[in-house]
Amino acid sequence: MPIITYRQALNQAIAEEMERDDNVFILGEEVAEYNGAYKVSEGLLDKFGPRRVIDTPISEGGFTGLAVAAATYGLRPIVEYMTWSFSLVAFDQIINNAGQVRYMAGGQFEVPMVIRGNSGGGLRVGATHSHTPENWYANVPALTVITPAFPDDAKGLLKSAIRSNNPIIFIENEILYNYKDEVPEGEHLTPIGKARIRREGSDITFIANSASTHRALEAAQTLASQGVEAEVIDLRTIKPLDFDLIAESIRRTNRAVIVEENKPFAGWGAQVAYMIQRHLFDELDAPVIRVASLDAPQPYNAKLEDYLMPSADRVVKAAKAVLA
Amino acid sequence: MHTVDKPGRLKDSSSSAPQPAALPALTRDQKHGMLRMMVLIRRFEEQAEQAYLRQQIRGFCHVYSGQEAIAVGTESVINRDDAVITAYRDHGHALARGMCPKACMAELLGKATGCSKGKGGSMHFFDKSKHFYGGHGIVGGQTPLGLGLAFAQKYTNTNRVTLCYLGDGAINQGVFHESLNIAALWKVPVIYIIENNLYAMGTSVARSSAGDPLVKRASGYDMAGIVANGMDVDDVRAKTAEAVNLARTESLPSIMEIRAYRYRGHSMTDPRKYRSKDEEEQQRKRDPIEIYKQRLIDDGSITEKDYDDIEASVGAEVKEAYEFALNSPDPELEEVFDDIFAPETQIDEIERRPKWSYGD
Ligand SMILES: Cc1ncc(C[n+]2csc(CCOP(=O)(O)OP(=O)(O)O)c2C)c(N)n1
Ligand SMILES: [Mg+2]
Repeated sequence: MPIITYRQALNQAIAEEMERDDNVFILGEEVAEYNGAYKVSEGLLDKFGPRRVIDTPISEGGFTGLAVAAATYGLRPIVEYMTWSFSLVAFDQIINNAGQVRYMAGGQFEVPMVIRGNSGGGLRVGATHSHTPENWYANVPALTVITPAFPDDAKGLLKSAIRSNNPIIFIENEILYNYKDEVPEGEHLTPIGKARIRREGSDITFIANSASTHRALEAAQTLASQGVEAEVIDLRTIKPLDFDLIAESIRRTNRAVIVEENKPFAGWGAQVAYMIQRHLFDELDAPVIRVASLDAPQPYNAKLEDYLMPSADRVVKAAKAVLA
Repeated sequence: MHTVDKPGRLKDSSSSAPQPAALPALTRDQKHGMLRMMVLIRRFEEQAEQAYLRQQIRGFCHVYSGQEAIAVGTESVINRDDAVITAYRDHGHALARGMCPKACMAELLGKATGCSKGKGGSMHFFDKSKHFYGGHGIVGGQTPLGLGLAFAQKYTNTNRVTLCYLGDGAINQGVFHESLNIAALWKVPVIYIIENNLYAMGTSVARSSAGDPLVKRASGYDMAGIVANGMDVDDVRAKTAEAVNLARTESLPSIMEIRAYRYRGHSMTDPRKYRSKDEEEQQRKRDPIEIYKQRLIDDGSITEKDYDDIEASVGAEVKEAYEFALNSPDPELEEVFDDIFAPETQIDEIERRPKWSYGD
């Protein structure tokens, strides 16, 4: 199997789906002539031309709304944000229009669109550019929230997202763009809404997503050298949540740590922790601990930012507390 | 600088100056139909106000009284398969589009038989089969959607156009300007129709918006700007035809400002303390229905008796709609979870696992 980057995997998914269906088009800032601010859309303009690979003005609200309506009209837009942090100026279009129009119309319309871009901290770009918005959008009933951690899932989930008849919030992570791994060529569809065990273990379950999956895996390595076998679940899709797999794992390990980059108050891990205590109370041998970002804006200073973000060290510490 | 002292075209140097479009003369039946539609909208909403006072309609209910000539006149120059989208003051546009008054009244009463199955309410009417894309409750939020409908019409080579209505208050929202810029830049066949009824809730246009006429904002984007008298359905028709012609033949967007007056309060709960009774009475003297009725009598198209017949048949239709709504069932409680997700057709159905409740 070819080994490619997460970035190339995304690019393949878009190119293959555009090849497959003329109704699929991509729009966003710098996606065409510049080949993408992060090069995810590299080469697409040459391949598909300006009708389908469209540079927009810096107007996230305007072009997101455009895409929502184009989707209700039968097209399949892919909206790229330079980063999800900039989705804030399109919040109304995402939540009220993409998120409510089908329901408010009693089901008359489909909104087959993907909104995608990178997210996350660790890049020393400060508080306005480092958001992890999965919990904001997961709060909207009609939105599906996907956060791939590995190149094969980046490709397989993006292809599925583009083929979905529903609005998909597809949140990538900038620090993963150069991560390399095996990715199947051609048709490769990853099911939306299914988590995946990335490492098996019987002592404790780590539940993570996106870059935090890699933090959890690193922590599991460290613990293995100390005789503790942690199971690592990569949620892949935040919503709908694959609680089947979480439950199956916790019934075996009876202990859980959640690893997420959201800020702690009402981050997605809070929902998962609630559901574990609600549905699996009798299975637990210890309270669940969440390792999230600290409850402060993202600082620019590298030491401060590293201190604020979830880390493998903090996961190890949390695991020891849960196992104690 | 632009100066428009009476309704007309903006005298600007934009490349896309609209041309008077050749409008075929209306037949007697068409004139009769337009008058009847204006009366239907007026009487439908009077019935809605009654139902509101009886608490059969809840929440917000914004009526269109005084602005009927705008929906009816603009609608009269587009095709059935063109698209229409508007804000929350949407009953008039929906009826003018040909939506069923029964389904509209049932929606106001929140019934399962409503045009949005009782899930939308007054502000959120929709009818896909009529190319009516809502009914939108966030001021200005529909303006990029209107852009997107027209974008899709162009992308799929339909030669269709979109009318996107908004209020005088909505023109100050950022997304409206983002949409204007994109529409002009990409030549998207959307016509923005500012319904200037002089007020945004209690804020008069003079207190909310710099620049008069409002349509001057078109020139910054090199778009045509057209002003029409919204109390005169024939003027609305003629000016809209110019804008539609630009969109249809050259794929050019434009902005219209159609001036009218909102006779009633902003919504049902508005005591209208911000304006004088005298002002309202003056405006009542140029009622668009009265003006058009008189014109049709004067040109021999209808008689007083014909008008009485219109009132009678409209009265019966509205009564029937109201009774239909009253007698319709509420949606079933389980339907709260219907219509959130579209069924999948290109991938396997996404598992949502209701047994693991997110809540209680
Ligand atoms: C974003 C937003 N802000 C405020 C409101 C509350 N609101 C509803 S209608 C309205 C006035 C809008 O006036 P205008 O655009 O002139 O339309 P009209 O009501 O006259 O038809 C306001 C402030 C809203 N619905 N959405
Ligand atoms: Mg107004």
